[in-house]
Amino acid sequence: MNKILPDKRGYFGEFGGKYVPETLMSAISELEIAYQKAKESVNFQRDLQYYFKNYIGRPSILYYAKRLTEKLGGAKIYLKREDLNHTGAHKINNAIGQVLLAQQMGKKRIIAETGAGQHGVAVATVSALFGFSCVIYMGEVDIKRQALNVFRIKLLGAEVIPVKSGSRTLKDAVSEAIRDWVSNVEDTYYMIGSVVGPHPYPMMVRDFQSVIGQEVKEQIIAKEGRLPDYLVACVGGGSNAMGLFYPFCGENKVKMYGVEAAGHGLASQEHAATLGNGKVGVLHGTKSFVLQDEDGQIKEAYTISAGLDYPGVGPEHAYLKKTGRATYVSVTDNEALEAFQLLSRTEGIIPALESAHALAYLPKLIPKTKKEEVVVVCLSGRGDKDTEVAIDKLGVE
Amino acid sequence: MRIEKVLRNLREKGKKSLIIYITAGDPNLKITEELVYSIAEAGADVVELGIPFSDPLADGPTIQQASYRALKGKVTISKILSTIEKIRKKSSVPIALMTYYNPIFCYGLDRFVADSKAVGVDGLIVPDLPLEESKELRGITERFGIELISFIAPTSTPQRIAAIAQSARGFIYCVSVTGVTGVRKNFSPKIVEMIEKIRLYTDMPLAIGFGISGPEQAKEATKYADAVIVGSAVVKLIENSRKDLSVMLPQISNFVKSLKEAIRTEERRKNKNKI
Repeated sequence: MNKILPDKRGYFGEFGGKYVPETLMSAISELEIAYQKAKESVNFQRDLQYYFKNYIGRPSILYYAKRLTEKLGGAKIYLKREDLNHTGAHKINNAIGQVLLAQQMGKKRIIAETGAGQHGVAVATVSALFGFSCVIYMGEVDIKRQALNVFRIKLLGAEVIPVKSGSRTLKDAVSEAIRDWVSNVEDTYYMIGSVVGPHPYPMMVRDFQSVIGQEVKEQIIAKEGRLPDYLVACVGGGSNAMGLFYPFCGENKVKMYGVEAAGHGLASQEHAATLGNGKVGVLHGTKSFVLQDEDGQIKEAYTISAGLDYPGVGPEHAYLKKTGRATYVSVTDNEALEAFQLLSRTEGIIPALESAHALAYLPKLIPKTKKEEVVVVCLSGRGDKDTEVAIDKLGVE
Repeated sequence: MRIEKVLRNLREKGKKSLIIYITAGDPNLKITEELVYSIAEAGADVVELGIPFSDPLADGPTIQQASYRALKGKVTISKILSTIEKIRKKSSVPIALMTYYNPIFCYGLDRFVADSKAVGVDGLIVPDLPLEESKELRGITERFGIELISFIAPTSTPQRIAAIAQSARGFIYCVSVTGVTGVRKNFSPKIVEMIEKIRLYTDMPLAIGFGISGPEQAKEATKYADAVIVGSAVVKLIENSRKDLSVMLPQISNFVKSLKEAIRTEERRKNKNKI
């Protein structure tokens, strides 16, 4: 695990690459060069740290969930509170990084896709902050189930374009954003929200999100005097998981669990468990696991959680799965909804439905752990945006 | 290497080539077969057949919808290849398949190229497979003698143009606009500059595609290039007449004839200037 990945061609082992139309190739090279420069630039890194601290409110808290630990009766459970970031999720870490890059590259307009709307909100937020015009592509289905975030995006001055093609969810929003990028590549910056898409996006988004894992490392050593035994995070595209895992990839004793959305159950075919149930393929510019039928047509993913509703997954996760460095599991809608309530009632924290998937794996993991062991769960976002869906499913009166 | 040969032969005679795209299986494969005959008979020099993909990133709404209709009709690679096998009994028009990388990858690269060759496919166009990722497929197509056609875009740098031109087969697909497929009102003047740039590196036949709406633009395109590719405008006609086949075939045939006539006028003008 000590090799530096991705390689020069943007591959993590056999996964990754840049499968995009020729029209985008020069823009991707331009981005690669700009990012390399930014990575090495003292000024860029100083600006990034400035906004991390003063705008997002980093470092985010590593919180010991005492009551949840007692309830589950095993390892000590810590929650990495990305839900406390400005805008309410980890997505802002990446958005701040990329907006600084867009500014450095002299772009005028920012476009992005969004599923749950958290990335859309983050992009609209940084566009407002830095004075970019901003267009967000969002599937019609997601617009309905995430009305609050749609309103937030508009309030922040961005335009929301409903995507009516295909399954009208995140996958189609990505396709539409790529089409916009192909058409306006000269002045437009495409801000991908997860560790997906063509190289250099999976690497770049991972790097910006790695602040999560780096902080966890320092915080857990301060609190427990050692590294954690387990890391748990939800995986849709996989950015919060990659951000948590990456700084620990070389620490072989730390076990890593990525939790995918099993929707109505893997057997039902209505799920979003790409690593668990997909095949290797190429979607949206990258070679990775993909939910597809026997003819290579992309299948629609399903999950209650809009942020995990994607039939692809980051290529580095595919690599971590293939090499066995991380383990990928899945939980159903119902298990996620139970965890959603469990955390609300034991800790007074309402998690996002995405993060509830990570939490929902704890009742399976914790019985196998010892009391002296330590688990860190990435609480990637807060659940306010999901209350309508939850009311609908749980029938709260 | 039949497509390149056809285009070069026409060029030597001072002629321009017409390449017509349709989505296989829209509205069904039986009609696709009939359409190929009509299109070839009406004067197309190469037929580009699209294998539908669920997520066609480089295509605008017209071809997206055609793909969607074809997939709803459960069209698969195997069924399309069988249709080509049938077509080959009656027509020798050069055929290039156009599809995205995932369906080919899923079918198996070797198997796809071998099966395509076996039924008489001449060329292959994969819009989401840039030069950097094409090595494996290129090796296979070279082995089987199928022409893997490359794209050059208005945004391609001179270094990329040089590299792409070097490995080009069949013809070079010159993307006329920075954008996705679909008809456009105006013909981009940038294309002239791009064609001149490409000409510095290769004498490969050059075809202009994306955004060609009708005879006028086809004529304009062949002022600069050896060939013109018309897709969305044809697909739109198919979409509009898909409920009435007695209208569709003559309409498509007339449209292709009008394109052919338009590029002939351009040929005549050029040849006259030569004299």
